[in-house]
Amino acid sequence: MSKIGSSNPVIKWIDHRLPVFTFMQHELHEYPTPKNLNYFWNFGSLAGIILVTMIVTGIVLSMHYTAHVDYAFDSVERIMRDVNYGWLIRYVHMNGASAFFVVVFIHIFRGLYYGSYKAPRELLWMLGVVILLLMMATAFLGYVLPWGQMSFWGATVITNLFSAIPFVGEPIVTWLWGGFSVDNATLNRFFSLHFLLPFVIVGVVVLHIVALHTHGSNNPVGISIKNNDDQIPFHPYYTIKDLFGLGVFLVVFSWFVFYAPNYLGHPDNYIQADPLQTPPHIVPEWYFLPFYAILRSITFDILFLEAKLLGVIAMFASIAILFILPWLDRSPVRSARFRPVYRQFFWILVIDCVILGIVGANSPDDPVFSGAKWFQYIHLGMISTAYYFFHFLILLPLLSIFEKTNPLPTSINEPVLGGGKATAMAAAKPMEKA
Amino acid sequence: MADSTGDKAVSQKENVETRRDFLMLATGAFGAFGMGAAIWPLIDQMNPAADTLAASTAEVNLKPIQVGQRVVIKWRGKPVFITRRSKAQIEDARKVSLTSLVDPERDEDRVKKPEWLIVVGVCTHLGCIPLGSKQGEKQGEYRGWFCPCHGSHYDTSGRIRKGPAPKNLSVPQYTFVSENVVKIG
Amino acid sequence: MYKALSGVLGLLMLLSPSSTCAAGTTAEVPAQVWSFKGLFGTFSRPSLQRGYQVYNEVCAGCHGLRLVAYRNLAEIGFSEKQVKKIAASMTVKDGPNDEGEMFERPGRSSDRFVSPFPNKQAARSANNGAYPPDLSLIVKARIGGADYLYSLLTGYKEPKKVTEVPEGMYYNLYYPGQLIAMPSPLSEDGVEYADKTKATVDQMARDVTTFLAWTAEPELESRKRTGVKVLLFLIILTGMLYAVKRKIWANIH
Repeated sequence: MSKIGSSNPVIKWIDHRLPVFTFMQHELHEYPTPKNLNYFWNFGSLAGIILVTMIVTGIVLSMHYTAHVDYAFDSVERIMRDVNYGWLIRYVHMNGASAFFVVVFIHIFRGLYYGSYKAPRELLWMLGVVILLLMMATAFLGYVLPWGQMSFWGATVITNLFSAIPFVGEPIVTWLWGGFSVDNATLNRFFSLHFLLPFVIVGVVVLHIVALHTHGSNNPVGISIKNNDDQIPFHPYYTIKDLFGLGVFLVVFSWFVFYAPNYLGHPDNYIQADPLQTPPHIVPEWYFLPFYAILRSITFDILFLEAKLLGVIAMFASIAILFILPWLDRSPVRSARFRPVYRQFFWILVIDCVILGIVGANSPDDPVFSGAKWFQYIHLGMISTAYYFFHFLILLPLLSIFEKTNPLPTSINEPVLGGGKATAMAAAKPMEKA
Repeated sequence: MADSTGDKAVSQKENVETRRDFLMLATGAFGAFGMGAAIWPLIDQMNPAADTLAASTAEVNLKPIQVGQRVVIKWRGKPVFITRRSKAQIEDARKVSLTSLVDPERDEDRVKKPEWLIVVGVCTHLGCIPLGSKQGEKQGEYRGWFCPCHGSHYDTSGRIRKGPAPKNLSVPQYTFVSENVVKIG
Repeated sequence: MYKALSGVLGLLMLLSPSSTCAAGTTAEVPAQVWSFKGLFGTFSRPSLQRGYQVYNEVCAGCHGLRLVAYRNLAEIGFSEKQVKKIAASMTVKDGPNDEGEMFERPGRSSDRFVSPFPNKQAARSANNGAYPPDLSLIVKARIGGADYLYSLLTGYKEPKKVTEVPEGMYYNLYYPGQLIAMPSPLSEDGVEYADKTKATVDQMARDVTTFLAWTAEPELESRKRTGVKVLLFLIILTGMLYAVKRKIWANIH
């Protein structure tokens, strides 16, 4: 780590005792970054910015929120009606959750496409999966807080999943509730945990970044930096690129906040929770729909294992499987650019996940096509779930053995030598060349 | 990155540099303005909300209050002392010479009707509530109020006479809506 | 990757219509024209005030509006004096007083709308077991929003097919299940508008829906006004950032 070159005596004095400036110099200015990152590499820093926004707006909202079954709904409405700019802050927080998931999902699929999970970035990837799990928990807890109908029944359904655990299921659910149903005790602990978890996420994000900076970013070509021609300092090149990306994101995000703030929500959550009346249609927030579809698609018992338990296991497994992904895909080539077969299957997986989302949004026994009554969403869900696991557990290990990959370029800077593929790539990226 | 050393190339480069600098400066300023605008709602939300502001007036029916009686009502989360002063109490308050006061103020300027003294019941020292409104409570040396926290004495006009408090008990905004109803705030 | 991505998006567009299937037998809600829709939408003040009148004279007997305060009526064009008068005409339970008793007093403008029933149970028992929901958020709390509410209010038609309508229930084309416990609330000239507008069922339904759209989203106007400014600002800023980005990256080959 080179010392900071500043001649400012104050900076020197501080840096000698607490090397924050040297640290920033090293991690921002000198931090070598591949020069060929495309716009899909914007989503990591974007996720970080959204996390900060969520924490800030969340702390502000907690100043006005009352975590009590009798007052929670009204306190949220008071925020919307009486608190100065309360509606803005709440809508940012509400839509921020959705934006967070959009950005993180793109970030994850980018990693899948360009093989960012492969050595030496396995731990970086696994920490990312931990962040995803924490985000899901936080989002679920937060959705309960407004105490609308969907809050209440979503909480009831999800906490009841734990009752599928053999022997200790029921006691665990009672323990989660702090009573015999989702009630005031539940709301209070959910509020407490919803406040806590984001800070845990921040901690894991720091580890995620430490791991990232150990070996640096992967890149669209997927080969490591070989010499100085391959890399540029993070600042100013990627700081400005990230800022521009942030601008584009904010335009889209603001459109939702100001013109369609409830587009992604469910109207039922504007009805105060009623423990005696279940809404006709319980659907989770959109970002949980694929997982919800997997949960519901297991309708059969296997040996002594009940369908309910299997569904829960399948749902958790769909994420847990990402932990072992670096060992399922043994192909030495990272980027899908040079993996013609994997590339096809990657897109099929993307479509599969979207179909799972659509299945999760619909009633299981509704027909998928109005013409064919026998083909219901539950069937589509089963097929898509099966395919999801097939992709990771069977396809990836087989591809690692049998796929014939294209030749790799010799370096990031001179991809032309790699063959026709890379030339096409260079032409397709005028943006970075500017 | 390969810079030509020719004169023309250098001047061109400088030209580009200044244009870039201006553009960056403008963008930075524009962005900073946006940041400020985005932060304002986060600050303003801590100010009193619309319902808090709307509820910050209190109407009090004065009819049941006897001469010499003091009542305490809650206004904006603070006590307000309403005293229906007797002739003697009014005289007491008016005969004091202004020069002997810590915070000189005429009693006439502190009331709208001499009979009714309305003051915020918060000691101007450190915010305790002075005693003296209920019967039997210590009223201090000047028969007004006495703050038990650090021993400030207030007179029958709510003015500070002795002790550490720097100012008289403050008079809230109020109007007599009718003969017997006063609106505070 | 970009090319493939657009391909996937296209494919999904093909898939999506099949996922939005119309629910059951309930008729699809036709879209209406509202002044508060769109980028620059605002509530029409005369319509809001008429809508308040309809709510007050027709709906308020059974439906509460507990999240709205009387002072909020100033935002839809009532004067402070009118608001005070409206508030004072209501009886608010307050207390305890110095004797520890609850007492009744005339409403103040800072009070929230007094609900017609003290609680859900009382509301149910007074309405043959059906619960008249609070209307503060009704437009936000129903799929279809304002369009649905308007359709519901004007949807009391004769049953098309021979449908058994049980005692105490009413046929409504747009209500889920088509049997609703609320009798048709609006009738021709049911209210006498203060501004002399002809009180047709359609007019009253539109006005009260506008009013309830406002009670659900009182922030709508300032939200949209702010939105235009924010979007303009962000588009310009993003354009500038793009220019800076190009400049900085100009020397990277």
